[in-house]
Amino acid sequence: MVAEVPLFPEQASTIAGRVDGLLYFLVAVTGSVTLLVTVLILYFAVKYRRRSDGDRTPRILGSFRLELFWTVTPLFFFLVMFYWGASIYNDVSRPPDGAPEVYVVGKQWMWKIQHPDGQREINELHLPVGRPVKLILTSEDVIHDFFVPAFRTKVDVIPGRYVTTWFHPTRVGTYHLFCSQYCGTNHAGMVGSVVVMGEQDYDDWLAGTRAEGSLALQGRKLFLKLQCDTCHSPGPHQRAPLLENLYGSTVHLEDGGTVTADDAYIRESILYPEAKVVQGWRPIMPTFKGQLADKGSELTEEEALIQLAAFIRTLEPGQTPVRTESFPAPVGAPTRPKGKEPASVVVPERPPGREEPP
Amino acid sequence: MSTITQYVPQAVPPPPSEPGENYLNAAFGLRSWLLTTDHKRIAILYLVTVTLMFFLGGAAATLIRLNLMTPYGELVNADTYNKLFTMHGVLMVWFFLVPVIPVVLGNFFLPMMIGARDLAFPRLNLASWYIFIFGAAFTLWAITVGGVDTGWTFYTPFSSKSSHTNVIPTLTGIVISGFSSIATGLNFVVTVHRMRAPGLTWGRLPLFIWSLYATSIILLLATPVLAMALSLVIIERVFQIGIFDPSLGGDPLLFQHLFWFYSHPAVYIMVLPGMGIVSELITCFARKHIFGYTFVAWASIGIAVLSFLVWAHHMFVAGQAVYSAMIFSILSYAVAVPSAIKVFNWTATLYRGSVSYRAPLLFALGFIGLFTMGGMTGLFLAALGMDMHVHDTYFIIAHFHFIMVGGTVMAYMGGLHYWWPKMTGRMYPEGWSKLAALIIFVGFILTFLPQFVLGYLGMPRRYHTYPPEFQVLNVMSSAGASILAVGYLLPLVYLIWSLGYGEPAGPNPWGATGLEWQTPSPPPTDNFVATPIVTYGPYEYSPLEETELVG
Repeated sequence: MVAEVPLFPEQASTIAGRVDGLLYFLVAVTGSVTLLVTVLILYFAVKYRRRSDGDRTPRILGSFRLELFWTVTPLFFFLVMFYWGASIYNDVSRPPDGAPEVYVVGKQWMWKIQHPDGQREINELHLPVGRPVKLILTSEDVIHDFFVPAFRTKVDVIPGRYVTTWFHPTRVGTYHLFCSQYCGTNHAGMVGSVVVMGEQDYDDWLAGTRAEGSLALQGRKLFLKLQCDTCHSPGPHQRAPLLENLYGSTVHLEDGGTVTADDAYIRESILYPEAKVVQGWRPIMPTFKGQLADKGSELTEEEALIQLAAFIRTLEPGQTPVRTESFPAPVGAPTRPKGKEPASVVVPERPPGREEPP
Repeated sequence: MSTITQYVPQAVPPPPSEPGENYLNAAFGLRSWLLTTDHKRIAILYLVTVTLMFFLGGAAATLIRLNLMTPYGELVNADTYNKLFTMHGVLMVWFFLVPVIPVVLGNFFLPMMIGARDLAFPRLNLASWYIFIFGAAFTLWAITVGGVDTGWTFYTPFSSKSSHTNVIPTLTGIVISGFSSIATGLNFVVTVHRMRAPGLTWGRLPLFIWSLYATSIILLLATPVLAMALSLVIIERVFQIGIFDPSLGGDPLLFQHLFWFYSHPAVYIMVLPGMGIVSELITCFARKHIFGYTFVAWASIGIAVLSFLVWAHHMFVAGQAVYSAMIFSILSYAVAVPSAIKVFNWTATLYRGSVSYRAPLLFALGFIGLFTMGGMTGLFLAALGMDMHVHDTYFIIAHFHFIMVGGTVMAYMGGLHYWWPKMTGRMYPEGWSKLAALIIFVGFILTFLPQFVLGYLGMPRRYHTYPPEFQVLNVMSSAGASILAVGYLLPLVYLIWSLGYGEPAGPNPWGATGLEWQTPSPPPTDNFVATPIVTYGPYEYSPLEETELVG
């Protein structure tokens, strides 16, 4: 048994070694100072122990030079610690360009993961060794935290927003995945594993795991199923801005402001359409809050939003599914803009609220 | 230019320690206690109350550690476990650690150490105790009728939406008890400003008073923010107004900002008075002037100010902007500097002293050891890259227990033993007390040192079950906790015993120089026979013929 007691976590990412290096430095510096203080206290306590009740002591009030010394010296070491810690943190907060994006949704009490090619997993994350991967995380309910000790990284997974982190796994193996932000009854059960695999094994795993098309394709299916194309498609019946080339562009809003069209903006526009209305368009879109989850395919609202965003991200000019008259408008959607005849809804050649992405 | 020759400097000649009238025998009966406005009696009321809270919180900790003996959570179920650690945190933080030193030792000794007859507002002082027990009763009721499972941090949206336990009564109890903190803080600030004895300048103020003054400022400024944050959670739960819950249009991180704006300074509410006590103990038992009085005193004020500027270091992994995190990281290092200054000055005070190994000194040295380790591991957490790994793991648990239990409780025990003769007129049993100090120190190290390793290995906090490879370290920690429990129960027994059987103490058993020792033990209701006139600082242990007193 004793041989199985680990004292140090495995190192399985490029960051792990750097964090451990910082640990050694911190242990060395703080350990030496603690030892110094302890030895001094014990030495003074023994050497200057009270020998008789009439002992007299010198009246030493202090020393400005000593005070200066033990103020400035710690400060110097503190700055080194600060810089070291900040540089690791800075690197972790900047994912490398082009890393594949895996979406993670936390939910009481499980982790639901979607790969770019559409593979879905629960409480397991398969990754290839030697390649960076970016994680985009959100939560369905309360705050969770995605913690992989072997990678020395964790990030709070916050409902209502997307956070990102990334890893570059360096060693094949199976590692703990913990939820480390308390999230209710079964918090301790919200655990899983990160499986880091060799290139070949990973490709085999990808091929052998059922996926209903890529994330973007699944998003396209949802787009059609929810009949988003009723309004968001070109033609005489267009009642909402086209979403082609939307992702990453700057959108001008009705209230005069601008916003960059990212995942968070797309998510907000689907759930709270009236929060940010595109310039030149009327706030006629109904909310899709509560209508996205699909019990049959165990798709949660946040997962559906991720799929829709993935689809919109890939949408290039001319690719919007063409609307056919056989679909009615979604439940709750006004069939025509308030106070205007459909014919008077002029479709501009290019919606005025949007600039071309750079 | 004249000099005064004295071997045992005293502001006022102590009256003969004849068994006369004192605050304990001035009146009898329950009514004389429950309606008292004597700060000393109120301190005793608080002592009884917070001691009860400490052992209730300790009972919860005992069950937590027992449950963690095995990886599978076999003692209690998950919901019960979650309620236990919430109860432990809520009772220990708000009903023991935050109030304990100010309301017990501060209440009793702040007026005595500045030569005053009472606090500035004696009736407000009594009211603060009633508010406190009312808040405590609310919270205890919430816990007994079903408990609450949010953790003592009440993070939203879990607390405002997801939890189906007694969140509202618990929060109400905490908000109510917060008003007691505000009343005490206000009372202390006014008393220190307005009621110092003639000649007791700010530069002659005992360091315990400096630290209580700094603490009171934090209590006054931070507690209202806590009351607001917790009230907003109540409002969101009751009226479904979107403040923190994103599905109602709120921001869950807003709560963390508000909560830690109080709760980080709260750590210094807990530890600053402890630091003050240690300054008193080291000087008394080394019979020596404090090294660097000005630096130690201003370090308290520096900590009080900086403590308000570091709250977001609790949120480094909560989606914080990189540059914001860097600012809070560097400010967190800045707040460590005054703490380091204090530790070095205490060490230097021992140099060429006359060190007497009495129990209070052992507690004080234990404080320095444990507080230093707690502070040093705080440096790990302030490093952003390191915090990313150990945040929300047992590393954090171990770190803040070193500060708040190893630090605050150790200092409180030291102070309680040091002033026990003054409070009760009886000596505590020396041998048992030294044994208790040793048991607590060893038990503490055995309990919490393994948790640093557990945390670095990655064991998250608030886990009812855990992977089997963490079991050995958890069993070690639980074994240490059983030793620690003995260490805390021991003083409960022998201090009560000493009330009847302890040696009579006399006015000044330590040969200490503070004003509180220049009056009989237990003190008369008015504290002093005549208002003392102070002509020199509080730590003049050396023969004064070398010193110019007037000139």
